[in-house]
Amino acid sequence: MTDQPILVGYDGTDAAQRAAEFAGKRAAAEGCAVHLVYVLEWSPYSFLSTQELEERHQRRTEELSRAEQTLKPALEALNKLKIPVTSEVRYGHSGELICKIAEDKGACQIIVGRKGGSALGARLLGSLPLTLVQASPVPVTVVP
Amino acid sequence: MFWNKTVTASAVALLSAILPQIAQAQEVGLDQRINEAIAPISNVIAGTMFYSVPIAGTAFPLIVGWLVVAATIFTLYFGFVQFRKFGHAISLVKGDYSHPDDAGEVSHFQALATALSGTVGLGNIAGVAVAVSIGGPGATFWMILAGLLGMASKFTECTLGVKYRNELPDGRVSGGPMYYLSKGLAEKGKPGLGKVLAILFSVCCIGGAVGGGNMFQANQAFQQVLNVTGGENSFLAGSGWLFGLVMAIIVGVVIIGGIKSIAKVTEKIVPFMAIIYVTAGMIIIISNISMVGDAFAQIFVGAFTGAGVAGGVVGALIQGFKRAAFSNEAGIGSAAIAHAAVRTKEPVTEGYVALLEPFIDTVVICTMTALVITISGELNSGLTGVELTSAAFASAFTWFPLILALAVVLFAFSTMLSWSYYGLKSWTYLVGEGKGKEIIFKLFFCLCVIVGSSMSLGPVIDFSDSMIFAMAIPNIIGLYFLMSVVRGEINQYWEKIESGEIKKVK
Repeated sequence: MTDQPILVGYDGTDAAQRAAEFAGKRAAAEGCAVHLVYVLEWSPYSFLSTQELEERHQRRTEELSRAEQTLKPALEALNKLKIPVTSEVRYGHSGELICKIAEDKGACQIIVGRKGGSALGARLLGSLPLTLVQASPVPVTVVP
Repeated sequence: MFWNKTVTASAVALLSAILPQIAQAQEVGLDQRINEAIAPISNVIAGTMFYSVPIAGTAFPLIVGWLVVAATIFTLYFGFVQFRKFGHAISLVKGDYSHPDDAGEVSHFQALATALSGTVGLGNIAGVAVAVSIGGPGATFWMILAGLLGMASKFTECTLGVKYRNELPDGRVSGGPMYYLSKGLAEKGKPGLGKVLAILFSVCCIGGAVGGGNMFQANQAFQQVLNVTGGENSFLAGSGWLFGLVMAIIVGVVIIGGIKSIAKVTEKIVPFMAIIYVTAGMIIIISNISMVGDAFAQIFVGAFTGAGVAGGVVGALIQGFKRAAFSNEAGIGSAAIAHAAVRTKEPVTEGYVALLEPFIDTVVICTMTALVITISGELNSGLTGVELTSAAFASAFTWFPLILALAVVLFAFSTMLSWSYYGLKSWTYLVGEGKGKEIIFKLFFCLCVIVGSSMSLGPVIDFSDSMIFAMAIPNIIGLYFLMSVVRGEINQYWEKIESGEIKKVK
């Protein structure tokens, strides 16, 4: 049993589901833990209207609890396989945050799903797998 | 969803009820009729608010002195906080002290940006033009000085805005002068006075919202649109009400219909327009760099001699001070409402951030407009308001009035949205929360858009000036009582910084 967990970028989509399942198998084989990270895209430099300022704290609480709900089935599934699993929900830029958490947790690798968008769309809008492949401090596995 | 539909339906019903009357009245000149009906009222209000005493042979409105004296007192009391803590303010905005766990909450930057989008607008474009056309280039000097002093007022009111805000059980955050006046003065053992001031402020804020935050904006936006579509010969000439009606419907769709997408688009475009405006101004200034020295000379000479200005030095000073206050709203109390939502445990941090607001608004953007107008030589053209600014920019870029028209309409729109919120907060403070009560205010707000774009500039400026300045009376009385509270906040904050309890996270 190694204390280096496998980091999984998870957002409840089918792609994330596949990534979590794949990570479960790897973790079982290697005898390590899984850490699920749910990133809510957020920039402290975006513009909000006065109304949004007023409601921000309320919305944030709602978003956090919704994210926790989304994480639940994945956590339960991994628990059933007797894999030690933890999770966290964070606000920020997904690429940057996942890299940072991987470093902080001393993760052995990162596993993310791929939605299968077009290459052009990924170039224009940026994509999490591409960012991670470029910037990650640890090996990255992209699950199709 | 159901509610939205009902509301939209009732708004449409109201508008369709007044539409035929508007169409009927068009032949006798509806604009003129609205003008004649409103002007006497605004004259009385403006006359009371701008009660003047003769100083050096010129009428000096006491209310302008009230603001400048307050700003000077706060500047001295807090030991020139606007200069000493300027760097710390920048550091806070950059997020150097923001805890990562607070990501997703309102950041210092967001609170500042939203407050700025409420103040940067026509005051910087049209207001400055009014100041220099009446007060000469020298008015610019006094405007900058008032802007620098105003930073201390903004610091004081925004610190209090955060300290005494209301955090509702459902997680919403609501703050502003009405709360620090009532809660803060109650702490000081003056609950009665606090309550009276809070109510007075709310009443004035509603007036300011429909005046400077609405009618002045609608008016100047229409002037510029009229300007670029052919001036006197424009197909829109004399149809201000029509322009107002369209604006009112768009504003109504956002604030009553709750269509967030329009507000979102505006929020995204406005900073972009501000950047275009500042860039164009900088290009004009840099390409005429040889004239900048001369322009500053005119500004300084004008400030102390008042040459060629009605009222001389005092005339220039009054115009500069007035327009600075109108543009950056320091001491008015409005910004405290927007700044109150920030996520911070230390109220004084938002005060530091807020002091950047008059700096960006007045010292940077207003000065730039004034320089462009002075350099362009359009000052003696007899134009005023947004037309003067437009002509000044057109002397360098002939196509600029079109961009400016777009910018003016968007600035006007975003300022209206901000002020509709400030007005609404004051309204609900007075009458209590409730959907029905909110709709009444919002419908009234939309109606004022039509009135504002129909009137000629004079009465509109007088009315909006007087209502915005009226907010400063209860607000500043409260600030005097509460400035010791702010000092306490400063002391305990810097103790925490020194002890290392609060430190940079970046």
